[in-house]
Amino acid sequence: MSADVKTGAGAEAVGSAPPGAGFGPWFARAVLKNGPLGGLIALVVVMAALSGDFLNGQNLLNVGVQASVTAVLAFGVTFVIVSAGIDLSVGSVAALSATVVAWAATDAGLPVWTAVLLGLAVGAVAGLVSGALVAYGKLPAFIATLAMLSIGRGLALVITGGSPIAFPASVSRLGDTLGGWLPVPVLVMIAMGLVAALVLNRTYAGRAMFAIGGNEEAARLSGIDVKRRKLVIYALSGVFAAVAGIVLAARLTSAQPQAAVGYELDAIAAVVIGGASLSGGSGKASGTLIGALILAVLRNGLNLLSVSAFWQQVATGLVIALAVLLDTLRRRSGR
Amino acid sequence: MTDVNDDVRDDAPAGRELLRVEGVTKSFPGVRALDGVDLSLRAGEVHVLLGENGAGKSTLIKMLSGAHRPDGGRILVDGGPAGEPAGSAAPDGPRDGTRDGLHEVRIRSAQDAERLGIATIHQEFNLVPGLTVAENIFLGRQPRTALRLIDRKTMRARAAELLRRVRLDIPPDTPVAELGIARLQMVEIAKALSLRARVLIMDEPTAVLTSEEVGTLFAIVRELRDAGVGIIFITHHLEEIGALGDRVTVLRDGRSVAEVPAGTDEDELIRLMVGRDIAEQYPRQRPDAPGAPLLRVRGLTRNGPHGTPVFEGIDFEVRAGEVVGLAGLVGAGRTEVARAVFGVDRYDAGTVEIDGQALAPGDVRAAMRAGLGLVPEDRKGQGLVLDASLQDNLTLARLRRDTRGGLVDRRGQRRAAAEVAGQLKVRMSGLGQHARTLSGGNQQKIVIGKWLLADTRLLILDEPTRGIDVGAKVEIYQLVNELTAAGRAVLMISSDLPEVLGMSDRVLVMAQGRLAGELSADEATQDAVMELAVRSADASGPRHTNESAMEGSDVR
Repeated sequence: MSADVKTGAGAEAVGSAPPGAGFGPWFARAVLKNGPLGGLIALVVVMAALSGDFLNGQNLLNVGVQASVTAVLAFGVTFVIVSAGIDLSVGSVAALSATVVAWAATDAGLPVWTAVLLGLAVGAVAGLVSGALVAYGKLPAFIATLAMLSIGRGLALVITGGSPIAFPASVSRLGDTLGGWLPVPVLVMIAMGLVAALVLNRTYAGRAMFAIGGNEEAARLSGIDVKRRKLVIYALSGVFAAVAGIVLAARLTSAQPQAAVGYELDAIAAVVIGGASLSGGSGKASGTLIGALILAVLRNGLNLLSVSAFWQQVATGLVIALAVLLDTLRRRSGR
Repeated sequence: MTDVNDDVRDDAPAGRELLRVEGVTKSFPGVRALDGVDLSLRAGEVHVLLGENGAGKSTLIKMLSGAHRPDGGRILVDGGPAGEPAGSAAPDGPRDGTRDGLHEVRIRSAQDAERLGIATIHQEFNLVPGLTVAENIFLGRQPRTALRLIDRKTMRARAAELLRRVRLDIPPDTPVAELGIARLQMVEIAKALSLRARVLIMDEPTAVLTSEEVGTLFAIVRELRDAGVGIIFITHHLEEIGALGDRVTVLRDGRSVAEVPAGTDEDELIRLMVGRDIAEQYPRQRPDAPGAPLLRVRGLTRNGPHGTPVFEGIDFEVRAGEVVGLAGLVGAGRTEVARAVFGVDRYDAGTVEIDGQALAPGDVRAAMRAGLGLVPEDRKGQGLVLDASLQDNLTLARLRRDTRGGLVDRRGQRRAAAEVAGQLKVRMSGLGQHARTLSGGNQQKIVIGKWLLADTRLLILDEPTRGIDVGAKVEIYQLVNELTAAGRAVLMISSDLPEVLGMSDRVLVMAQGRLAGELSADEATQDAVMELAVRSADASGPRHTNESAMEGSDVR
């Protein structure tokens, strides 16, 4: 997707690597040069070599489904990280939105589409509250969204009374397949990715994110209403979280108040693996997608290789550290 | 420059050669930063490095301090015991290690430079605000007791001795955060002395100092020189060269183009630096008659935290086609007034009118809609998004206008940015280049270009040429002429008096938050301006002028 997109750090030229001989330096340079995509390809090659089942079409679609919720959450978090903020609340907001949809459609008896819109609105409002705390309350984003993480999870538990609510059947189709093979979550992921790329690269909101993240004071002195922009940024993150929550509940066919616990960390990891800097000003939707796919490929591949879930966590941590380390090296060599 | 190695000139100091740079080259993606630089430094001389911004001075000193490595050429250092010879692993290095007592060296890190006795005082200080002066001087090299604990007593005593040498009368336990910028510089010099540096590189040390502080700095530099230290001194102030320097190496476009004695005439130095004659340094074309009032400020007042106003009762107007200079000492409140007019900060009383329409206070966007633009004094901190492309920087102030239905017309932006970058003759590898990698003068052109693209009618320039070389300065002055010729207006804050006098049609002088007076172009002389700036300061009581000049110059 959006291969023509060039933003932030993506425009950086890399070319000052000294000429060296041998396979080692060549390989290192190739991975450095291509960044996250090179990492994904390398990971796929390794997994395909280790497991005969990996490159099977059905399995690859499974990887896509596994990546979808993380990716959609991460697209929203990309907006926040590009603007030099952080959003820890997306997992909770996803669960809250899903429970609101289920509650509205079943207990409140609202039409399904109204229920879905209500769920998205809840995501937006949660984001607006975080954004207001950051922009007007001057809270650090970490604290404001940590508070929202707790509030969102708590409200989800209150609404459901602590037990899952069945998801309306029509919405649960979002977790099914089209034509018996194409998983809808993958389509949702692609659609949301395109929306995120469009927002980041072509809209006023997106360009303002880069300016605010790059230098908030310069942005303000150039006429960007930084406070209002922050409301929009966190609200967008909330809406993306709501979509992710609905997709997750559709796959599970029920809205669970304890769903998506800890997903915010996967989302942040995906954004950072995708090449965004936590200090703001750079990031790409395509990078974030690759980051989410790297995490999914890793989990899927390790499952196929029957690696224990405990060791999978260790491996995931190593991959996150390695990805960001390589990216740092890449940037340094580009300077 | 031909060959500085073999023929020792009559006017060259007789000291031993400490450092020699031969044909050094360095490229960055898209830019050839150094293209054959030669430089020779002797013990007991002050060698001035002169060149426009972007000429390669910074790259050269970064090479000597271990931040960059040369692509080609050689760096040789006097064969002291510490000299690290060029490694045999070097693919391109010649094998004749020694020449005239000099050894070829590779400076790979700041530690290497330190070992070789090369200390550098950068424009951005490397001090830790939370630590004391003594702790900063000996950071990482603290004297230890027998138990390997830090020997605070020895450290304090040695720091006190070093502070005495740089004539800094403060206790070694003073936290660095409490020091003004001039004292920070002296602490940096003390740190260099503690390293027993034989080569001291000073990058524009006078740029931020008052004239009195410059005098002290010069005295210290002369002492060091007489003690046999070789000093590489970078400055944009030509008058400092004759006062302090022995030899001058001029860099232009990454090459060393000449080595001349420091007594060389200023016009000749400028010619060498820019490669052409600058007929007139301040080419102001004054309008026959100024147009209608564009900006009118009345009774503008902002209360300060301690009862003293930040500024008070400011009245002035700027007419179309005019350049109004705003002079005064640092800390007189000029920047604060500019920020209030532009809506960045709020004010407590008074009005700002554009075309007779009152402007909402504290609203940057309203000010921009009315046609105001601000080029802030802190170019990097407030003017630019350093890690964004030039296109994004140039179009930032018109982002809203280029948006239709939420979508930004990126193609139109690119076209507009390309046009203005061409018009301003920005030296760049392309619009995708990051603003961080441009030289100071070109960065400033980008900030000004941003406002040209926003169709600004009144541009407020706050220290528009600070840290910018002569050639780029003249280009900016010409731009100011073009703006006013087109019926726009400029309000120029500047601490560079010749610039204020040379470019302004009228000069307003501020002192201690008040407007001390207004001078026409004919009346405005250095003496007249300084008298207004200082007299009112003295008249208003116990506050010390020098102290107010130090305001806002804290550790970053």
